[in-house]
Order: sequence, then C-alpha cells, then structure tokens
Amino acid sequence: MGEFKVHRVRFFNYVPSGIRCVAYNNQSNRLAVSRTDGTVEIYNLSANYFQEKFFPGHESRATEALCWAKGQRLFSAGLNGEIIEYDLQALNIKYSMDAFGGPIWSMAASPSGSQLLVGCEDGSVKLFQINPDKIQFERNFDRQKSRILSLSWHPSGTHIAAGSIDCISVFDVKSGSAIHKMHVDRQYMGVSKRKCIIWGVAFLSDGTVISVDSAGKVQFWDSATGTLVKTHLVANADVQSIAVSDQEDSFVVGTAEGTVFHFQLVSVTSNSSEKQWVRTKPFQHHTHDVRTVAHSPTALISGGTDTHLVIRPLMEKVEVKNYDAALRKITFPHRRLISCSKKRQLLLFQFSHHLDLWRLGSTVATGKHGDTLPLSKDADHLLHLKTKGPENIICSCLSPCGSWIAYATASRFFLCRLNYEHDNISLHRVSKMPAFLRSAVQILFSEDSTKLFVASNQGSLHIFRLLEGSFKHLHTFQAQSGTVESMCLLAVSPDGNWLAASGTSAGVHVYNVKRLKLHCTVPAYNFPVTALAIAPKTNNLVIAHSDQQIFEYSIPDKQYTEWSRTIQKQGFHYLWLQRDTPITHISFHPKRPMHILLHDAYMFCIIDKSLPLPNDKTLLYNPLPPTNESDVIRRRTAHAFKISKRYKPLLFMDLLDERTLVAVERPLDDIIAQLPPPIKKKKFGT
Amino acid sequence: MDSEESDSPQRVCNSFSSRCRYLFCVSGDFIKVYSTATEECVHVLQGHQNLVTGIQLNPHNHLQLYSCSFDGTIKLWDYLDGILIKTFTVGQKLHALYTHARAEDAVFVAIKKEKPDVFQLVSVRLPRSPRQDVEAEEPCLVLGYISPSPKCVAFGSQGEYVAAVRDFYLSVYFFKKKATSRFTLSSSGNRKHAKNNFTCVVCHPKEDCIATGHKDGKIRLWRGFDDEKKYTYTCLHWHHDLVMDLAFSATGGSLLSGGRESVLVEWRDAAEKTKEFLPRLGATIEHISVSPAGDLLCTSHSDNKITIIHRNLEASAVIQGLLDIVQQEYINDYGLVQIELTKAAFGCFGAWLATVEQRQEKEGELELQMKLWTYNKKTQGFVLNTKVSMPHEDHITALCFCNAEKSESPTLVTASRDGRFKVWVLADDSDIYREAVGWTCDFVGSYHKYQATNCCFSEDGSLLAVSFEETVTIWESEAWELRCTFCQRAGHVRHLCFGRLTCSKYLLGATENGTLCCWNLLSCALEWSTKLNITVMEPDPRSENVAAVSRSSGGSDLFVFKPSEPRPLYVQRNICSEEVRWGVFVPRDVPNAFTSEALQWLNRSQFYFLTASQSLLTFSSKSPEEKLTPTSKQLLAEESLPTTPFYFILGRHRQQRGEQADGASESELVQLPLTENVPAISELLHTPAHVLPSAAFLCSMFVNSLLLATEARSAEEMPDDVAMEEEEESDSSEEEGDATEKAQHADHTDAGDDLQQQLSQLAKCQEKELRKLRRVDYSWVTAP
Repeated sequence: MGEFKVHRVRFFNYVPSGIRCVAYNNQSNRLAVSRTDGTVEIYNLSANYFQEKFFPGHESRATEALCWAKGQRLFSAGLNGEIIEYDLQALNIKYSMDAFGGPIWSMAASPSGSQLLVGCEDGSVKLFQINPDKIQFERNFDRQKSRILSLSWHPSGTHIAAGSIDCISVFDVKSGSAIHKMHVDRQYMGVSKRKCIIWGVAFLSDGTVISVDSAGKVQFWDSATGTLVKTHLVANADVQSIAVSDQEDSFVVGTAEGTVFHFQLVSVTSNSSEKQWVRTKPFQHHTHDVRTVAHSPTALISGGTDTHLVIRPLMEKVEVKNYDAALRKITFPHRRLISCSKKRQLLLFQFSHHLDLWRLGSTVATGKHGDTLPLSKDADHLLHLKTKGPENIICSCLSPCGSWIAYATASRFFLCRLNYEHDNISLHRVSKMPAFLRSAVQILFSEDSTKLFVASNQGSLHIFRLLEGSFKHLHTFQAQSGTVESMCLLAVSPDGNWLAASGTSAGVHVYNVKRLKLHCTVPAYNFPVTALAIAPKTNNLVIAHSDQQIFEYSIPDKQYTEWSRTIQKQGFHYLWLQRDTPITHISFHPKRPMHILLHDAYMFCIIDKSLPLPNDKTLLYNPLPPTNESDVIRRRTAHAFKISKRYKPLLFMDLLDERTLVAVERPLDDIIAQLPPPIKKKKFGT
Repeated sequence: MDSEESDSPQRVCNSFSSRCRYLFCVSGDFIKVYSTATEECVHVLQGHQNLVTGIQLNPHNHLQLYSCSFDGTIKLWDYLDGILIKTFTVGQKLHALYTHARAEDAVFVAIKKEKPDVFQLVSVRLPRSPRQDVEAEEPCLVLGYISPSPKCVAFGSQGEYVAAVRDFYLSVYFFKKKATSRFTLSSSGNRKHAKNNFTCVVCHPKEDCIATGHKDGKIRLWRGFDDEKKYTYTCLHWHHDLVMDLAFSATGGSLLSGGRESVLVEWRDAAEKTKEFLPRLGATIEHISVSPAGDLLCTSHSDNKITIIHRNLEASAVIQGLLDIVQQEYINDYGLVQIELTKAAFGCFGAWLATVEQRQEKEGELELQMKLWTYNKKTQGFVLNTKVSMPHEDHITALCFCNAEKSESPTLVTASRDGRFKVWVLADDSDIYREAVGWTCDFVGSYHKYQATNCCFSEDGSLLAVSFEETVTIWESEAWELRCTFCQRAGHVRHLCFGRLTCSKYLLGATENGTLCCWNLLSCALEWSTKLNITVMEPDPRSENVAAVSRSSGGSDLFVFKPSEPRPLYVQRNICSEEVRWGVFVPRDVPNAFTSEALQWLNRSQFYFLTASQSLLTFSSKSPEEKLTPTSKQLLAEESLPTTPFYFILGRHRQQRGEQADGASESELVQLPLTENVPAISELLHTPAHVLPSAAFLCSMFVNSLLLATEARSAEEMPDDVAMEEEEESDSSEEEGDATEKAQHADHTDAGDDLQQQLSQLAKCQEKELRKLRRVDYSWVTAP
C-alpha cells in the first residue's frame, strides 16, 4: 500500500439537520426525507439505499409534511403555509401554492392519489384536487377549534380522521362534516396534565382509528361509534409518529425517547379468527425524538432529531437473510461537501449557509509508522464565507490552484477569486454572471484551474474559461434531446481534454472539451453512479455505482478496460459488496498508474490493479501484515484491495502529493454533542 | 438408633386446590397440604421413597392430586383425607410432572436419558386398573433434550401444544400437527446477548401466548409461534437478575414474575408501563403459583417460606416464615457486601432475643448492630425493642443471656474482639409519652487488653466466665468483680460452659488447639483435661450432661459426658459427614424413659444439631417401623355419623331393629347385624363421595345391605371384615375367605332360608366388589 503522511482533519464541524418527515413510495421503492432546514432528499431503496436526489433547503420553508401522490409526484407543506411540488427530474421546485390557512401541520394524499388534504393552524382541513400540472383548491371541511396536527384517509377514501389538540375528528369526505369527535384523556396514570396533542392518526379499513399523542399513549378508537377500544401506554414522553403497513397487519410508532415500537396484529388463538394488536419489539436506534416513521413492506423506517435515518428490516418479511436484511443507519449525505486545493493545501468545507476555507497544518517532524507527529504550524481558518439570502448552498468547489471558489444556491451562482498576499487573503467576487447561469447542481474546475464546468439544473453543461480575475463562457452542452435530467456528477481528465458527466439514471456521458462535442456514452447501468474520476495519462474513466460495482472505461478506446472486464468476470468479494455506504470520491496516484484510491464513509481503499483479485475465500480486510512474517506469505495473501478502516466516519480523503494524504473525519460523538440534549431517562444501575 | 433428618429445606413446588382452600407444597419425600385460610398443615402425604419432584391436580377430578418422585412412581392422592389412592410405577427417575385436561388418561413426565443432562418429556398412559399398584405403560416420547427444571416446560391452554425451553431456544410441540417449532435467541459471544438463556416458561390460559423468563431479567411474550417465520415476541424488562418463575393469572389478564429481587411483579395486560409491585418479600422468589379461581397467589422463597397473596397484591399469610432481622431493602447485586447476621441468642426463657448483624466492606470499616427483640404473646412474634449501633468497636465473638430463674432483671453479656465484654441490662426507658423498657450498658470489663473470645453465665447466674484469648476470667455478677482467672496456655479458648446441677462447680473450656479443660471452681484448679477438637459444646439444661461435637477426618463425632468425670457417657462416631455448626438441647415436656444406658442422656431433652449444609438433624428414639405411619391407618372410620339422609335411614333401621329385638324372643337365632358394622354401609359412608361409583350402581347394593338377613353372620366372618380394613390384605386371602363361606353355605338346605342366605351373601360379595371398586381409578367421576 505504501506509507503516507496523513493529515487527520477533525475540524469540519458539520452537523446534519434533523429529520422531520419521511414518505415512502411503494411503487418506485423510493423514500423522500425532509429535514428541519427544508432540505428534501430522495433515497432509492432498491439501489442500496443511495441518496440519489436532493432539493436544497430554505430558511423559511420548515417542512412539516411530505407525501407522494399519484404518478410519483412529491408534495411538501410547511409552516409558511405553502404547498410545494417538487420536480424530480430537474431537481427544483415546480411550484408553491399558499393554502391560506396559516401554517400547515399535516398533509395526506388520498388513497387514489388524486386528492390532497392539508390540515392548517386555523383548524381547517382543506381538500385539493391534484391536476396533472398543478393542484387546485376544492373545498374546506368543517373547521375545528385548534390546529390539525395529523390527518389520515380511510383506505376507501370516504372518511378521514384528523388529530387535533385533545380530540380526534372523523369527517365524511362527501359532506365535509365531522361525524364524530373523540376526546382524548389528558391525564393518563398521572403522567401529564397538559394538553394532549394528537401527533398522529391512522385510519384502518375496518374503521379503527389509531392515535398517538403527547401523553405517551397509543389508542385504538372505533370510528363508527366514536369510542375508545384500547389504550397502550408506551412511553413517558410524546409518541410523535405512526405509520401503518399496507396490509394493515403491523404498524410502527416513534417516541420522543428515541424508541420505535412495533405493533402487530396477531390472532388470539391459532384456530380462531379473532385478532388483537400486540406491541412486539421496541427498537432503540435513536438517541433523540423520533419525529417520523414509515412502514415499507419489508422494513421500518425512522428518522428524528438525532439526524440518523434508520432502516430496520423486518426479519419475518425478508425472504432471504442476506445483507439486505441488515439494519441501515444513514447519517451523512452521499455527496461530497469538501473540496481540496492540492497546491496550496487548502480545504473548502460546505455548510448549509456558509463556506469555510482552511489551510492545513504542517509539521517538520518525522517518525516511524503509526506515530502521531506534532504540528509545527496549526491549521488555519482562512475564510468564512456566508451566503446572502435564505437559500441553502447546493454545491461548491475550490479550484486546484486555490484561487477560485465557486458555489451555487437554488437561485444564484457565485464565483469568487482569492488573492493571497503573504498571510492576507482578499476575496473578490466576480460580478455579472451570465443570465442563464442561475443555479448549478455540480461545479468543477479543471486541473490547471483554467476552466470551470457547471452542471445546471436544466440538464445542460456550461464551460467557462477563467483568466486572471475574469471569466468567459465557452460552450454549453445541451441536455440530450427529450430529457431534462440534471447531471449530478462531473469529472475532468487531468490533461483537461475530457469531461465526464453523469445523471441519476442515464449513463455517463463523455465530452471532448477541445472539440466541444459528445465523445461517447458509457452504457447505462441499473444502479446510479456514486463517484466518477478520469485517470491521468491513460484517460481511463473509473465509475463507482451504488451497488458497489466499479467499472473502468477507456475513453480513447470507447470500451471497458481489460481489468474492468476481468473483475466483472470474477466478481467482487462478497464483503466488498456488503458495504453500507457508497463510494463518494475516487482519485489516482500521480506516480503509480496502477493504483486507484477511493473511499466511502467507513473505509479507504487503494486498488492495485497489478495484484490478483481477491476471491470470496481470501481475507478482504486484512490488517497490514506484520513485518516479521515471511515475504512469501505476504505475497500470497496480497490482493488488489488494500483497505484501511482506521479513519471513520470518513467524509473526504484525497492525495495531496505522492506521500501525503488528507482525511476529513466527523466523529458521531461530536455531532451528538452539538444536538439539543435528549429526554433524560433513568438508566438502571446509574 | 440413627439420626433422622427432621427438616430439610423444602423443595417447594406449590399449587392450589380447585377452590383455593388448600395449598400443596413438596417437602423432601412428602407433600404437605396447607390450609390457605389458617396456614395450618392439614395433611402430610407420605408414601414416596425418594424426593417428590412434581405435583399436579388431577385435571379430571379436582379433589385428587398426582405426584411424581425420584423413586420412579406416580401416585394419586385424595388430599382431603390424605389417602393414597393409587401408585403407578414407571421405573425411571421422574424429574417433573405435567397434566392437562385434554390428555385422556396420560400424564407427562420428564425423565433422564443415559447421557448426563439430557432430559426428555414423555407421556405416560396410566392404565385403568382396579388394583392399587399399577405398572404404568411404556412411556412415549414427546420432546427430547429438555431442561431438567420443571419450570422449563409448560402446556398450552387447550393442551394443543407444549412449550419447552432450554439454554437459548424455545421449542413448541404441536400435538395435532405432531411437529416441533424451534425458536433460537442469539447467543453469540457478544456481551449484549450473553445472558439470553431461558429460565422458565408459562403458557397463557386463554390465548396462544407463551411467556418466557430469561437470565438477564427479561420476559418475552411469544405470539404467532405456530408459524416459524411469522412469530413475534414482546419484551418486558424490569428484573435486573434472572427471572425465577412466571405465572399467568387465572384469566390471563396479568402476568406475574419474580426473582432474586424478592419483588413480585404483576404485568397487567402484559404491558411494560402498567406493572404493579409487591416488594420486600424477604428472599428470592423461587416459585409462583396462582389458584385456579384466581383469587389467591402464592410465592415460595429461597428461605423456605411460602407467602399467600391476595389478588390485590396484599400478602395475606406466611407459612414458615423467618424473622426479618435486618429490616432493610435487600439489594441483590453481584459483589455487593451484604449485612450478615452473625450472632443470635434467646434469653429469659424465650422472652428476649438478641441478634448481632455486621457488614464489613473493607478492613477497618465495620458496621455493627445489636438488636434486642421482645416476644409479643398476642402476635406470637418478636418485636424490636432496642437497637444498639456499634455496641463494640470490633466483631462480637459471643453473646449470652443470664438465664437464672432468680435474676430480677434480664442481663446480657457481649464479648468482643476489641478486648472488652459489656453487660447489658433491661432498664426503664419511659418518657412522658409512654412506659417502656430498653436495654442499656451496665458494665464494661476487660482483661489486659486481650481479645474476649467467649462468655458464659453459670446456671444460677451468680458467676460469669469470660475468656480472653488463653485466659478464662471469672466475674461475680453481683458487683462485676473479677474473682479468679484460669490459664492453661493451650491456645485461645473457643468454647466455655458451666456445669449444671450437681456439676455446677465445674467450668469447661475448649481451646482451638484441641484441648478440653475442666476446672474446679471451688479449688480453682484444673480437674482434668483431654485432647478433643471441639466445634460445638452444649450443656443439657435438665441434666449434668454436656454434648460436644468434634471434627475428625471422617466426619463429626458426638461425645456426651458429665463434667465430673472425663469419661464419656455416650459416643456416636460420624454423626454426619459435614461440619456441625450448632447444637442445642431442647427439653422434653414429658421425659422419656429409655432403659438402655446409651440413650439415657436423651431422657430429659432432645438434642438437635445443624450442619454446614443447613440440615437440622436430631436423634430419634423411634424404630424405623414406627416412623412409617401406614396410610391405611389413617383410614379410620368416624364414630359419630353426621345427620344426613343416610342417618335417618339408618336411624329408622336401628329403631326397627330395637322393636324387633323387643318383640323377638332371645332364643331367636336371627341376629341382626349392626348397621355400623355392615361393611357396605360403612364403606359407603366413609369413602369420599368423589371416589365412589355412580349412585345408580350403588343403590341396589346399598338397599340389599339394608335388607334384614334372617341368618346370623357367623362369628368367623367378622374378623375377616376387620382384616380387610387393612390395605395390605392380599387378593388371595380374600378368595380364601370366599371359599370358606361357600363351604359353609353348602350345608344349608332350607329353600326359604336359602334366599335370605343368598341375599346376605350377595351383599357380602358386593361388599367385596365395592371394596375393590374403591381402588379403581374413578377419574371419570368429575367433581361438581
């Protein structure tokens, strides 16, 4: 593997936003996740839980509800009183519409997917018709006394249940009038005397309404008579969310104590048809409030204030007990938030509303393998660049020379020039951006920092030439005819001749930058691309996919390389394929053309193409062999994948020069330390 | 004469009778029947030759009880009368017994397979046979590889399945499908699941739900286990140590669990948040049992106690409880230093009890408490009177009351390693609120800063002997003046004891180097000494005898001697293999008169001793035959008949007989049998109703037996009936009796008489039949 001096960076104090809503779409097997900063992420559960799309957040758009409607349309509603529809192709907001009911607390799409119901602060429930282009207000239901915090449709679409404060109302959809009002006991076993907030309701096809409330109760109501059937006290704190499976044989609730409880409908005796709801397993995967839960056919999905998205497969629903049946915990975005200037040893960290530029520390000390070297010069915080406006930063990039910073929000593109004069830095914003450059999905500088590549959210790719302090539009590659899919990933060859761009589903396009035309398209693969890079000299394009496959494609030859074919033939090691997180960055060693460096959140790997590939019998994660072992054994056990799991969670790793690596870690404990304190629970024995 | 185990720790598996009136409890080879209302032991069912391992009510007749034992038999008892009804011989050591109503005439037992630690659950068909001793049919396997603990197998409510747990898995066998489902918990080496082991299992009485207890204190409720894939379980966790036993309430509405915390937990609706507790039950809960009617629960504890608890979780009665001396929450945790009760003594003829408890976490941090308890005659228990914290600076080595009859105030002496002995007297402790007495320190004595090792009062209380390491000091109790000292330089004195009655001038001391010395208090000189490594020395309060137990390589030896002569009166080598911890003479109310010289020392008192394994042993004077009270002897007919309809029939019958007797001449040969002596009637009246065949079947016999026989019963026949009262009577002898009768009746020729004869004979035959019927399994007669 070779020995490297590693800059171990832990000053990237990135804290993901808490998860507010999740919405599962059964048809496409996709999960929409909204965070407290308004960001909406789309996870493809079929593609190894890869986060394939995201919509940047907005300060005023606190999302309170998220739902899918007919035809894979995604809607969200929030406290600014607007209903928003997202464009999943162009990755922007299609439109937003004010519901005129004050802040919106809840939203539910009808079982047919053609109607949308929102619950507002003023106690009104509003019904919208979903038209192909827009939504249209249809009518108001009987107004209630206080805000509507939760809504649920009866599967037949004839009735709805609405949870408010201290009561649950059942409405008839046709007449729009409340047919039952069920009052919830505020006090249960002396827990609380405050108002009882109905955080969630679920309407089952047999007429049962399940409610979860702030007193920690899960209650079953008969909607026909409006009576309470059964109460389960599950927590000492709020039960904040509920999700029912499509078969209505199980549901899941999330509590403010971080516990997720699973309820199942089991028959009382084996030979009777009588069934009862039983609380079965508790899952404690969260430390903070579980604000939202979802129930896919095979898994329980939960998210909350502690920023983790947890996908817990249901063992009894899983056919084969393979790696798909393992618990997933997704904390970090599946994209790069860090860019690096190798020349000046600078790191640019992207936060939701600002950028931080750091200069790495340096040392003069030397040591042997494994030593921690003392810093002779500490890392330097050079720049703190705040964005104007409420919009979150979508993407950012630092040029390899370190003198350009480009970033984009949903509506603006910014390019800045940095001047270094000894220790002073001056920032100069390049004004007069061209009108077509309003936003960007991905930004990349060429290796010599003379060209800027911008993937816009209309599917087009812009090329700019950068000169001392000025820039000039060179060319725009228009999107392939008929598609508006945005390019999420860009890679440029070190010689600056080739540009590779990939969207979320179609294949990777390779453009010739000199001739400004499409050179070729790598055949589309079933799984989305997670990282792209073009090797120096050989101009081989290395592509990592979310199913952990890696392809090497020779751009000059327009075909997969021999090594890529060999590894496809032999297959990857099973442990390699079972990794949780996607590869987010690929780079190359300037002096060793046979090496490919890549990393995901939990490992760093150097693939040595000259060595034999590992098969399933060999040890994949072998620690560095001890030096006293004979060379023969070392050679026999050596294989192409050299993996280091020393740095985790690893957000970024790159080669600064031949012998120096930079690794950016973000320990989970540091994130938890920055979160609000969780509900204090007495732990036995403490 | 041999030593007899009088009270071993009970291996309690308890269960309730159907109407909650009785509680059954297994104790060694016996089954004890307690009344739940009075806590009284009503019957002791004895007959098993080895440890009883399981008891179950007969599901077809709730007035009968099955029991199984290591002796390889299953016995059926009538617990109301304490009668053994039947014995089924299986022939293998039986480790547990289970019954359920659906299994026609089969019961389920756990047996051991050849390999150690491999147990099987087998069903045994109990044949219907009129005989009392029946060979059970060949057992047939239900489940293999089960746990030896009886708590690890449970039958489903409808008898459709049986659940067994062992180590890390739960197996459920479905009788209908004849298939076993097995559910395994992760047992992998990781710390989190390391204590996942199952400890017990119970089934819900109404629903398909199995509750299992685990070593880490969790309770899992399994549902949907008829599908090996779709099964699910709920976890309840309160216990921090292993769950010892579980029980569902009669309706299944709540689950009860108990463990080392000595807290009974009731989980209502099987929900985690709705649980109720009954804390401070004294000791680890070993078993929980729920009465079939559901109004009573009972828990048995590791300290040999049974608590009967009302459904509202209020303890209503305690059977054989221990006195709670420490009176603190018991915190069960590994590695925690607990408070130990180190010394206890009764004084003033049982009116006072002194206890010493200590806790020493580290060297030098000693917590000592002495408590004095007074006996309350009203509540029949001891009540705390005085609590003295740190009565001494160091461990208390001895505690002794002055038991002299003439002493005006109770006196207690404590000796301690801190070099002092303290005299405590009962003094007035009244204040303006109440009149009270309390114990205060009266005198502190020491001798050259030596550690006090033991103390002893003379019989009349006038002298106190306190040993200080190698020296014995004699103090006068009037003024607590040192009178004289004895020193033998034979090691620290461990035991001290004054002689009694005529030997009261002698003082005995045993040292740890194995020397027994006897000093004469009058001459202040050593009378005699001998080499004997004494562990226990106890004087008999009613005689001069002193019993000493010494530890030798083979076991413990008992010596009984008089202090006046160094020759033992009685020596019993090897009374038990383990160390004897304590011994005591208990005076007899009525002196025994043993003629044999060797036993005369037992005439006035009975000697009990406690061994290291907590067995209390004594010397029994009864022969082994006497000890075995045959169950048949308990079948004694009551003399007075209750006023039942039968009584009126019989009463009238008797009157008729009287009239006839008046009318008929004395010379008449026809002698009416006394109704009480008609076996059929007495049989009918004295056999419990639930074991009788149907009334229609009995009616003709009964009526026949009431018919007046013209022929007098021959004198030979009467003893025959008496003999038959005994159960040991063999069938062959009965047939013999028949044969003789027939031979007698062959002489009669008169036709008119013949009919009568026939009738009376019929009655006799039927009586025999009836007698046989009593031994038949009448399980089909279900109790109302």
